[in-house]
Amino acid sequence: MSVVDRQEWDVVVVGAGGAGLRAAVEARERGARTAVICKSLFGKAHTVMAEGGIAASMGNVNSGDNWQVHFRDTMRGGKFLNQWRMAELHAQEAPQRVWELETWGALFDRTKDGRISQRNFGGHEYPRLAHVGDRTGLELIRTLQQKIVSLQQEDFRETGDHESRLKVFQECTVTRVLQEDRKVSGVFGYERESGRFFVLQAPSVVIATGGIGKSFKVTSNSWEYTGDGHALALLAGAPLLNMEFVQFHPTGMVWPPSVKGILVTESVRGDGGVLRNSEGRRFMFDYVPDVFKEKYAESEAEGDRWYDDPDHNRRPPELLPRDEVARAINAEVKEGRGSPHGGVFLDVSTRMPAEVIRRRLPSMYHQFKELADVDITAEAMEVGPTCHYVMGGIAVDSDTAAARGVPGLFAAGEVAGGMHGSNRLGGNSLSDLLVFGRRAGRYAAEYAAGRTAEGTRARVDDAQVDAAAAEALRPFSAEAQEPDAGPPENPYTLHQELQQTMNDLVGIIRREAEMKQALEKLAELRVRARRAGVEGHRQFNPGWHLALDLRNMLLVSECVARAALERTESRGGHTREDHPSMDRRWRPANLLCSLADPAGGAAGDPAATDPERGRIALERQTTEPIRPDLLALFDKEELVKYLADEELEGRSE
Amino acid sequence: MSGYEARFKVWRGDVEGGGLEDFTVEVNDGEVVLDIIHRLQATQAPDLAVRWNCKAGKCGSCSAEINGRPRLLCMTRMSVFSREETITVTPLRAFPVIRDLVTDVGFNYTKAREVPAFVPPADLGPGEYRMMQEDVDRSQEFRKCIECFLCQDTCHVVRDHEENKPAFAGPRFLMRVAELDMHPLDAAGDTGLDRSRTAQDEHGLGFCNITKCCTEVCPEGIRITDNALIPLKERAVDRKYDPLVWLGAKIGRRSRDTP
Repeated sequence: MSVVDRQEWDVVVVGAGGAGLRAAVEARERGARTAVICKSLFGKAHTVMAEGGIAASMGNVNSGDNWQVHFRDTMRGGKFLNQWRMAELHAQEAPQRVWELETWGALFDRTKDGRISQRNFGGHEYPRLAHVGDRTGLELIRTLQQKIVSLQQEDFRETGDHESRLKVFQECTVTRVLQEDRKVSGVFGYERESGRFFVLQAPSVVIATGGIGKSFKVTSNSWEYTGDGHALALLAGAPLLNMEFVQFHPTGMVWPPSVKGILVTESVRGDGGVLRNSEGRRFMFDYVPDVFKEKYAESEAEGDRWYDDPDHNRRPPELLPRDEVARAINAEVKEGRGSPHGGVFLDVSTRMPAEVIRRRLPSMYHQFKELADVDITAEAMEVGPTCHYVMGGIAVDSDTAAARGVPGLFAAGEVAGGMHGSNRLGGNSLSDLLVFGRRAGRYAAEYAAGRTAEGTRARVDDAQVDAAAAEALRPFSAEAQEPDAGPPENPYTLHQELQQTMNDLVGIIRREAEMKQALEKLAELRVRARRAGVEGHRQFNPGWHLALDLRNMLLVSECVARAALERTESRGGHTREDHPSMDRRWRPANLLCSLADPAGGAAGDPAATDPERGRIALERQTTEPIRPDLLALFDKEELVKYLADEELEGRSE
Repeated sequence: MSGYEARFKVWRGDVEGGGLEDFTVEVNDGEVVLDIIHRLQATQAPDLAVRWNCKAGKCGSCSAEINGRPRLLCMTRMSVFSREETITVTPLRAFPVIRDLVTDVGFNYTKAREVPAFVPPADLGPGEYRMMQEDVDRSQEFRKCIECFLCQDTCHVVRDHEENKPAFAGPRFLMRVAELDMHPLDAAGDTGLDRSRTAQDEHGLGFCNITKCCTEVCPEGIRITDNALIPLKERAVDRKYDPLVWLGAKIGRRSRDTP
């Protein structure tokens, strides 16, 4: 039997960003003893980097806004591939989730009459984003962090122990979800600080680990975004949905090289920033796709008028959804009309007085000044696309956030798939975290209470714990395991090769031959990663941590490449040069990735090296038809652009 | 790209002890100190421990001391140093070392728990709150804090006197008290809690002698001393010596902080 620290909880939340913390608050408030595990220090999750705001149709700035409009915008942005029930719940519940933050102490920017201010963003018909300057994510995470502390203070008053019912395990990594029959029995992980292993036994596990951006070279994501939750779910037998949809945010910094990819918030465009190429042309007018033609301004003059009179003018095309803007920038650069460092110009200095820029975009001002020596109140920024968000993720039930096929497993936030369809609108991520974080916490607590009441909590299997420990220790004996195979691989080198592969071959524009090449390269890296070795000991050893994260990045990257190869159309975050248009016949199709080879493909096993026999199996599934009353929110002429023929027939019946 | 070889001294070791280790490492145009630390990890010291997350000055993870000064590794451009200079990177001195550049900042999380939370007004439901921008401005400045703990590291009350730690919350958490005290809707007073008095009585505000070191190192430019600590001191003193409060207590009208 393994000698590993063990503790018993009701709900374990993996991840302490917005979704994880909101889930934890909910689970604890519903009576579940709740543990939260995060890789970083408490309060440092990637959510702090979110800048723009939280999309919620409170109607504080334009009373025309309501949940139906928000729902429509979200479906259009996702090109109708959204799990429609999630989009509905999200649009309906987001305002409550924002207001609730205020009762926990959040301080949003205000309108003149003292309500929460809301700003414009791409793809949203009305100003809808509750925000705090351009540091909304920090406000969100800090408020949730402080809410957790307040619950701990309550518990301290009652029990004398701050952590009796809600505990944060910071700087810990989970490497396996443990199961009995398929049911969740807990998690296995290690403390980064000491390298010690631990097991938390629990009937419910909420995965809220965020995204996968660290598999790409140019990315806005923090180091933690190594696809851990996606991989944990896959390895536990839960399928991943539509992994081909990866969002490239149109505006990352392109200079200097060391900050390449760091985000420039979309609020720059929402507040009037314009995009220009090297010829000084506002090129976005050339890139308005047919499905959006009636909704966007045709001239610069009309676009400019919209800022003052939105009811009688159409929005400028700088505010198209992100996928459209990213492709447009990519095309301009490719045509040779880019900026000196390979991006385009984003200018806010000609549109707003310096003091307004400093007030509305303080962190952007600071970031460019400190990191690029550029004063954005006086000159243009140079920007280009950067890997930002994965729309694909764990397939979940829309109402309960329960992962398919694994009882007791739940998922919320970026790691869950379906909510955003093929492309996420800016601002919909922070609201997604809150709405589905809360739902995941609620249903995880209910599930755990049910198992406890029945006396059917799953037991932790010692053999699984031993296997997980052996897997985690493998990088320390890479040399000994295959002594003739040469020196161990450097995990940093493997990571760089993986990032380069994904960036070059499965990036913003995709081609069949390149994706096949990517699968071959991933198969090679998969074999080499088995020999990733580390120096030193287990205490706070970043080389070791990276070697373990590589397993997850490789699994997830293979899902992205395989699904992208399969989907022969261009939609949202997935652009195929060899299939350049959206194909309505693909509308009702979901692609599900699951583990083909649960044993892991040992060395010598052809499945480990043959890209055709990779670890990931792909399945096509027909989506559930959109509920008629929701379809009725759209004009027939609009639906004709998106829905497949059989779906339109279904509607007229 | 104009690359050059820079000389670095990086502190390596753990709770048992350690010392500065010399490195010569390539530097390219536009890089920050964190890039150099990452290059060291990838090429010369794969187990060099460092915390970092966002690399954009937003998460406050990569705090360390560069040439003895508390700074964020990701916001310190290499161009501020001359090419001849040897750059010394050491862990935060006010907290116990775990390994290399990583310290145990648990002190800060303990202090965070000692500050009573925001108290919502009893008569308002979600969605009913109204606040004017000029009223939220003051607390919003303090909510820019990224919890990098550089102010805690540089505050001489913590840095030079370990024995003060139990009684002194440090600038970050005194600022948190000020933030809540200035919050337009905080109703702590209705529950009998006087936040500015607790700053004095429970969080050690009296130790602060406004040398402004915390303000100087704040990467967010928050005016911690002028806008949080001094006003908090003034309010704490005002309440204590307010003749009406004194009189109220004398003639038997209980002050709010008496249970």
